[in-house]
Amino acid sequence: MKIVVCIKQVPGTSEVEVDEQTGVLKRDGVDSKLNPYDLYALETALRIKQGNGARITAISMGPPQAEQVLREAYMMGVDEAVLLTDRKFAGADVLATAYALSQGIRKGGMPDLIICGKMTTDGDTAQVGPEMAEFLGVPHVANVLRIVELGENAITVEMDMASTVEIARVSYPCLITVEKGICQPRLPSFRLKLATKDRAIPHLSLQDLEDTNPKHYGLDGSPTQVKRIFPPEVNAGHELWTGPGPELAARIAERLIHLKFV
Amino acid sequence: MGHIIIHQDRIKDAEAIKAFCPFNALDYVNEYLEINAACKMCKLCVKKGPDGVFEWCEDETEGVDKAKWQGVAVYVDHLEGAIHPVTLELIGKARELAAKIGHEVHAVFMGSGIRHAAEELLHYGVDHVHVYDDPALKHFRIEPYTAVFEDFITRIQPSIVLVGGTTVGRSLAPRTAARFRTGLTADCTFLDVQESTDLDQIRPAFGGNIMAHIFTPHHRPQFATVRYRIFSAPERSETATGTLTERTVPADRLKSGIEVLEVRVKEVTAGLEDAEVIIVAGRGVKKASDLAMIHALAARLNAKVAGTRPVIEAGWVDARKQIGLSGRTVKPRLIITCGVSGAIQFVAGMNNADCIIAINTDPKATIFNVAHYGIVGDLYEVLPALVACLAPAAEVLEPAFA
Repeated sequence: MKIVVCIKQVPGTSEVEVDEQTGVLKRDGVDSKLNPYDLYALETALRIKQGNGARITAISMGPPQAEQVLREAYMMGVDEAVLLTDRKFAGADVLATAYALSQGIRKGGMPDLIICGKMTTDGDTAQVGPEMAEFLGVPHVANVLRIVELGENAITVEMDMASTVEIARVSYPCLITVEKGICQPRLPSFRLKLATKDRAIPHLSLQDLEDTNPKHYGLDGSPTQVKRIFPPEVNAGHELWTGPGPELAARIAERLIHLKFV
Repeated sequence: MGHIIIHQDRIKDAEAIKAFCPFNALDYVNEYLEINAACKMCKLCVKKGPDGVFEWCEDETEGVDKAKWQGVAVYVDHLEGAIHPVTLELIGKARELAAKIGHEVHAVFMGSGIRHAAEELLHYGVDHVHVYDDPALKHFRIEPYTAVFEDFITRIQPSIVLVGGTTVGRSLAPRTAARFRTGLTADCTFLDVQESTDLDQIRPAFGGNIMAHIFTPHHRPQFATVRYRIFSAPERSETATGTLTERTVPADRLKSGIEVLEVRVKEVTAGLEDAEVIIVAGRGVKKASDLAMIHALAARLNAKVAGTRPVIEAGWVDARKQIGLSGRTVKPRLIITCGVSGAIQFVAGMNNADCIIAINTDPKATIFNVAHYGIVGDLYEVLPALVACLAPAAEVLEPAFA
């Protein structure tokens, strides 16, 4: 079985601020990490490999520094890694990102199963997985809670549907996005770190892909554009009450009665 | 669209300029400063960067003929015909947007045995309801649902498509948007429309630490998802208005590689999203037994009890009662936070509440930025006294009133 896991390098912290005067993002320079949701996708693939045997490829798109997260995937037990990196991929929104990744996946030959994390911590959209499935023309199931059975021609999964849990059998090739409760991800192994430190991470640029039209990638391939970024609003008309506890309690009670909550 | 040109000769401080990009997208390649794949095209370097180094160069783009895309459409989210209330909220917003640009409001309803439920939508000011009722659509399976959505969009050609940020919506909207090679903005918290029919979309990014204003200048339709309880639902009107059309797609387009074997109904946790009043326990609550105070207050106010991440992780409150970006988004009439500092993760899930009362000992706590009433006090002093104050009349003569 051939599995592809999509991973992403994200900022190490989401504690970013926008300078209100200049509109510039204030962020510590180099700190970045593997998107935590992707750990569950990697672990899911690794467990399938342990149980049934599989060849796992981790794929990422980003600047050359994103090799770091693919190294981490090696340290967890992934067999192969690929980095999509090209200046032409810059400024990609969800659509252009999903398209580039789908092209990168096709390049390595269609896998049986593609696994993505539920979402990333920097974009928070949870959209890249489903859009990739569309570009690859395969069925997808999002929010997978558990893998029930790994069959010859199909995988049976439990999917989270807000008020119900559905058990669904999905034919290969297919794409799933996994919830973080699905399993406990392993830690990177030191032994694998040593064993894979010289293993290459091939780069794919635009020219290596099947579709080399630059208009389908990066900013040019992105229908959405960011007009501006700004700090969240803070409440200007708020009241701050201080005083001894019982007095505060009495004031709250009075206000709750006034506002007809009691 | 466009690209950024770097004027190498105008760079004054070679190293400092690299640090200027918040996304680390500036690198030296063979002594030349270049933009790498990390670039988000935020254009901050162009707008705020050192004079003359970065220049934005607009390319000619051939966009769609926007006049051919008319109407604001809403996807009707439902479970076996029971319409999810986010749908009504979106209809309310769709009416507002449509009125501004003189378009009509469409609702697309797909499922099995839903014909009757569809009529209810005519009481909320939708101009046209399009019903796809087919046994193949009984369960949400991505390929048939996308095929139906595609059929609807191809027929109607709406300018704007709004989808609830539910489990189904978050799967269906991206899939359909990708099919039309168009833009989708997730979890919008604000929507408005320009005369040009361009949709202004504002959404939180980086865990809510920044807000991004996004638009889709050259593509149609414009897709947006919105979570439940972000907008307000319109009043139901007694009279039904608008048309209802039943539509079909050929059976071969409803094929799926997915077979639903079983549907298990989850144990009902009286939904936090529907609560009118919520009391939130935060990190300031020291031990599990102290939650009794919170529950006592909740009983007085007929409220639901929720928690922030530390409290949920400690296992003191049911995980389904977590508020925040990684939990639920709520929009109650009243929310009282107890010992919650106000991490943006949390605030993004509740700052649309009509009335926010925050109790915290730290006067600098960020929760006070969003609270209508910030109570600087110890919850261990305030809560027992407050419960006493709200007790039935006979018990009210507590020292608190003295």
